[in-house]
Amino acid sequence: MDLLTGAFGIHERALGVRSQRLEVLSRNIANADTPNYKAEELDFKAMLKETSREYISATHAKHYAALEEQADNGQRYRVPFNSSFDGNTVEIHVEQAQFGQAAADYQTTLNFLENRISGIRKALKGE
Amino acid sequence: MRTLDSVFGIAGTALNAQTVRLNTTASNLANATTVAKSEGEAFRAKRTVFKALVKEEMTNAGFQYQGGVKVDQVVDDPTPIRSIYDPGNPSADENGYVYLSNVNEMQEMVEMMAASRSYQNNVEVVNTARQLMMRTIEITKS
Repeated sequence: MDLLTGAFGIHERALGVRSQRLEVLSRNIANADTPNYKAEELDFKAMLKETSREYISATHAKHYAALEEQADNGQRYRVPFNSSFDGNTVEIHVEQAQFGQAAADYQTTLNFLENRISGIRKALKGE
Repeated sequence: MRTLDSVFGIAGTALNAQTVRLNTTASNLANATTVAKSEGEAFRAKRTVFKALVKEEMTNAGFQYQGGVKVDQVVDDPTPIRSIYDPGNPSADENGYVYLSNVNEMQEMVEMMAASRSYQNNVEVVNTARQLMMRTIEITKS
């Protein structure tokens, strides 16, 4: 059973983070013409750390509850190259480039997952 | 967990907002040569003001927050109305003046281009998300 639970490793979580990044970028592109909108960005490293962190919980009445660390959802604001008149910090060419990269990243993670799956399939079939 | 689904929703709100913007541009251009009897009745160019959808006010109550953009308001262009002396015009006032709209065709064409480019950007987002989704579905075939 251990073979299957950990089979996908970090890629399972990474796929979720990647799709969330696509979502943030698509929100930026959607708000390219919104006054005072601040472009967002995800800190991939911080997010992966956050999803993998296990919280210490008090399981006994005499345990001290662990100090709750400030949860970091990886949300950041982008620093624009040029400021714009209406306070919008979305630079559409930057977003397009980032979106392209995010799509490629997503496909990379998918490729890793596909490789794992075909590997497991081979092992199961005994080929 | 969030999935690629919300990308479609977000891009959808943007497509909607840009369509409204294109519509106002079309209306402005159509009324570029409209004349009126008084300054108050004269056609004023309309401008859409966008607003990001924030957590507090969601598009549909009960649905998960996804973000996006909406048309917050449509405001009148503050450019002053021009009047010309044209006593032969049926809409002329008692002094023979007609009041033109304050639509600037050049500005409207630029606005139209900007709206259509933004629309295309969001269509591209939908296309990419769709391709990624199809690939994700096909992951089991590997």
